[in-house]
Parts: sequence; C-alpha cells; structure tokens
Amino acid sequence: MTKIFVSSVISAPAAEVWAVVRDFNALPAWTPFVAESRIEQHMRADQIGCIRNFVLRDGGRVRERLLALSDYDLSCTYSILDSPMGVENYIAKLALTPITDGNRTFASWEAEFDCPLDREAQLVGDIGNGVFQAAFDALKRRFAR
Amino acid sequence: MVEVRRSTIIDAPIEAVWAILRDFNGHESWHPAVATSAIDGGEPSDVIGAVRRFRLADGSELREQLLSLSDRDRSFSYCILEAPLPLMGYVATVTLKPVTDGNRTFWEWRSTFHPPGHRRAELTALVSDGIYEAGFEAIRALVARRRRGVDAPERPRSPDRARPVPAPPGGAERVETARATAIVVDRYGGPEVLVPREVEVATPRRGEIRVRHGAIGVNFIDIYCRTGYFDLLTLPGVPGMEAAGVIDAVGEGVSGLSVGDRVAYACPPVGAYCALRTMSPELVVRLPPDIPEDIAAASLLKGVSASFLLHDVHRVAAGSTVLIHAAAGGIGQLLVQWARHLGATVIATVSNERKAEIARRLGADHVILYSREDFVDGVMRFTEGRGVDVVYDAVGRDTIEGSIRALTTPGHLVSFGQASGPIGAHDIGGLSSKSVTLSRPNYGHYTDTAEKLGRHVERFFEAVRRGFVTVTPPTVYPLAEAAAAHRALESRESSGALVLRPD
Repeated sequence: MTKIFVSSVISAPAAEVWAVVRDFNALPAWTPFVAESRIEQHMRADQIGCIRNFVLRDGGRVRERLLALSDYDLSCTYSILDSPMGVENYIAKLALTPITDGNRTFASWEAEFDCPLDREAQLVGDIGNGVFQAAFDALKRRFAR
Repeated sequence: MVEVRRSTIIDAPIEAVWAILRDFNGHESWHPAVATSAIDGGEPSDVIGAVRRFRLADGSELREQLLSLSDRDRSFSYCILEAPLPLMGYVATVTLKPVTDGNRTFWEWRSTFHPPGHRRAELTALVSDGIYEAGFEAIRALVARRRRGVDAPERPRSPDRARPVPAPPGGAERVETARATAIVVDRYGGPEVLVPREVEVATPRRGEIRVRHGAIGVNFIDIYCRTGYFDLLTLPGVPGMEAAGVIDAVGEGVSGLSVGDRVAYACPPVGAYCALRTMSPELVVRLPPDIPEDIAAASLLKGVSASFLLHDVHRVAAGSTVLIHAAAGGIGQLLVQWARHLGATVIATVSNERKAEIARRLGADHVILYSREDFVDGVMRFTEGRGVDVVYDAVGRDTIEGSIRALTTPGHLVSFGQASGPIGAHDIGGLSSKSVTLSRPNYGHYTDTAEKLGRHVERFFEAVRRGFVTVTPPTVYPLAEAAAAHRALESRESSGALVLRPD
C-alpha cells in the first residue's frame, strides 16, 4: 500500500475554498490538468456514489466515484474506477480546515493505492506533485491576496 | 456549550513543533501564562492519565489530566480537573498536521466547555486569546529564536563528527571512516527514542582525535537532551556528555596525546553514547592509570561539579556549616564527603531512612528526613538557631524558600538544579533580611576551557586517589540498552550512578 500526503495553505476563508472544490464535477474549473468533466447517469454532483468521468489535458480518461462528502468536515473522499495510471484500490481524500489565524485554509489531499513496486516512485511524483500540489498551486493563485 | 477552535501555521517542521508540545508538562517552559508545572507523583508526562498541576503567573493553581496522546496523529486531549474559574466540563484537543508545501506545521487547538451564562463571553475570550493565541505566539517566537540560534547558548561549539550525517561530498581531503554502534535520536521523546544504530565515524582530521569508549556516563542532563527540553541535541543526534576510553587514532597537529592514551571527558557537545567518537582533543583529560574507566565515566561530571561548587562558587572553610539537599543522590554523595573533608559540619536532607543511612555512612554530621520534619526546623535545632553558612540546593522549587530560611546571616544559597521543578520567579528584595548571596552556577561556564576543566578534574581525581571521596561502582548497561538505563534513572528508584558499556 502506497500513501501520499500533500498539504498547503490557501489565503482565503475555508468556506470560500470549499465553495470551489466541493463540486465533484468542477475539476476543469479549478485544476490546470482537467479539460472536461461530466457526471454519469444524470446523478447530482453531490450525490454519494456518483461517478465523474473526465478527460485530462493530455487526453487520458479517468472515472472516479464519490465515496463521501461532508459539508461539516469540509472533506471529499473518492476512489478511482478507471485511469491510465495503472493503480489499484486507489482512495483519495481532499479536506479543508479553517486556520483562524489570518482566516486562511489548511488544505490536505491524501491518497493510498496499490501499484507495481517499480512504478511507485514515478506515481508518487506524478500524483503528489503533478496532481495534488498542482491543484493547490492553482487554488493559491486563484485566491492570492 | 461553548466550542472554541483556534488554529495557526507555525513556520517549522512538524517534528520540531511536536517535540515541544508533546511534553504534557512542558508548557511551563513555553506558555507565557504558566509559571510552574509538575506531574503529580513524578510520573512521566506521556503516561495516559497523568495529571499536571500548574500555577499561573497570577498564582492560581490548576490541575489537568492527559486523556489521550498519539504520536501517529500528533495529537493529544486533556481535561481540567480543578481550576479557579468555572470552565465546567472543559475538554481540549491539540492536533498538528504537516504542511508539506513549505515544510511548516498546521496547529489546531480546540475545546468544549459549559460556562455559566453570564461569564460565557469572558471565559471564551480567555481560552481563545489568553491560552490558545498566546500559546501560538509563544511557540512561534520560540522556534524563530531556535532557528536564529539565540536560544541555545550551549549549542555544541564544534561540529560533532560522530553524528550519523554523511560527510560533506567533494571535500578537499579524503576522509576514511570506521563503523561503530551509536545511540541515535531521530526525534525527541521518551526512552524509546534511544535506538542503537551502526554509524560511520570519521577518521580524525587535522586537530582531532578518535576515542574508543570503555564506559559512558548516564546523567539527568541526557534525559533533558533526549526530550528536547535542553537545546543541546540537534536531530538526528547522539546524546551523552561523559565517557572514558582509549585514543585509537590521532589526526595531524595534535600534540601531547597519542594512540593508546587513556582519556575521559565530561562536557558538551553531546555525542558520547557511541562506541567510537571523533572529537577535539581539547575536550578530553588524561585518565590516570589508577582510575578505572567505569568510575571516571560514572563520576567525572559530578566530580567536576562538586569541585567548583565547593571551591569556586563557595569556598567551604573548616568550621563552617553546610546544608546539602538530596544528599544520597549522585552529586549529593560527593558533596557530603568532600565538604566533610574540608572541615565543614555537614547537615544532609534525604527522603527516606534508606537514604539517611547512606548519608550517615558518607559522614554527614546530621541527617534530616524532610518527609518527617520541616528541614528548616531541623537545621535550627542542629545549629542552635544560628542557621547554616551555605546551602547546596539542586532540588529547586520544593526547597528554595526553606533553604533561604535555613541560612545564617550573612548566608549563601547555591542553587544548581531543579529536580522538583523550576524555581520560578522570586522577589530578591527579601534576600536583604539575611544579606543573602545567591549563586546560580552553570556547568559550562566553569568548564569551558581546557585549563578550567583540567583544574577541577585534577582536584577530583586527587580526591578519589586519596580516598576522601569514594565513588560507588556504577550499575552497567550495554550501550544498546541505553533506553533501559534511562528508564531506571527516570524512575528515581536507582541510587548510584549508571554507565553504558559498548560491546
């Protein structure tokens, strides 16, 4: 089991950041690497069990299922159903926590998954930096004060 | 019910922040609202259920109990048992999370409690601002000071090359290494952080020697280094400040020492818990052939302390009267014998009959069991109301007031430790009632040159040689079992010294 943990500080109140990232279908609107996204089978984007089907800017297609969403904890948990990355048992959680000092947001994104040992380092870099940190960097730019 | 939630970002790695916050009794060293604190019953501060009893700057007392502590989540919870304010049902949780983006720390401090309605706003503000925000600011300032190095006056003066760090790449000189066992601390904490490991020990370069340790002293200061309470040990690092052994290699430019010489040392920088150590020759003294390595490693630091306490900090004169607290403790035993040899009348305090017997055997003229009577009353009885000329007090908080009352006029209080807890703030105006002289000696200041250190070492070895100071043979632990030695020392059940022996 491989684990990744990435966290950052966003200079905006948690409620404002949550309003952006809560929408399970909104990856194209706030991340730099997703070109288009839709929710399968006419489900709502905040319906637990819904599947987002999105296309990366490099052309890869990914399907992810929403496992948990909490407006109380400001967190969203999902699993990967299909992806070009070659990972199994992939579950990730994006969570926000208010930083009262300065009214900012502590954002963490963690994932665990199985993969062939020889691809682990590559995947950890691709997901940790290329996806999670890249998305946080986009949020930091969006909310730059 | 009120819920208070405060959070901040500390610009330091999570390990550094957790090392400070994890100690349930450590708040007295960093929180501005806390004057003094101690764990009930002298328990370790990381035992679940431990109760910290602490005093605020305004004198009020609180008791709080540790409910949970997790090194995995870097989180702990506690509740208030007694407080001067109606913070009913107060339960608080401190949680740290790493900010990987910048290697900083997210710190959340939250609580719930039930204040009386009319004091709700006042108590909420007190907790959130007076406790949580003030704590954030204090830790922020502390880590900033540490980063600048101003909080660590005793930081190692020379780089310690027994540390498990790779040699600088591409250096001009090729440094060959030997492998040896060392106790390496990767994070501050309990005895379990003392982990044996194979490390590379550099061949001595110009102006350095390498010592193969035969015995390594275990001292209370090592515990303060291990927990991070003293800033002497930089992570990852090897603790220990006292050892004896044989020189096994000498770099160029070292005069007066050669391979095969027996040496000992008792001084910072840390790094003694290892089989082999490369270090500066200025730190070591020659070990005379008649002093065994075990005895030197067990007693050099205490013996040097006793030397400057009895000869420099206060000159104990024949015919004077001396009060020595904790007289059966490591340094107490040396002080009792040595002060007697100098011709003083020695009054000793101890906690129980077994230790009283030790003090009597060492030559104390009068022994007071402070658990049975107020030691000030005892002193006045033995001195016919006159008081003593000097008090040697390493107990600290529990004894300092009484120590001043036990002095004659003019008297000298030598406060050189705080085994019972920090001494806190005291009004020095009152010292004029007895024209009291107050000393607060620091080991480093009496041993920071080869000349100063050598004088005390020579005096101590001479005292051992002539037999007016005897050192009880220490209990020996294998180096790899340093954690067990620390547990024994922390339990305070041990009397007598402990040493580690490499395989």
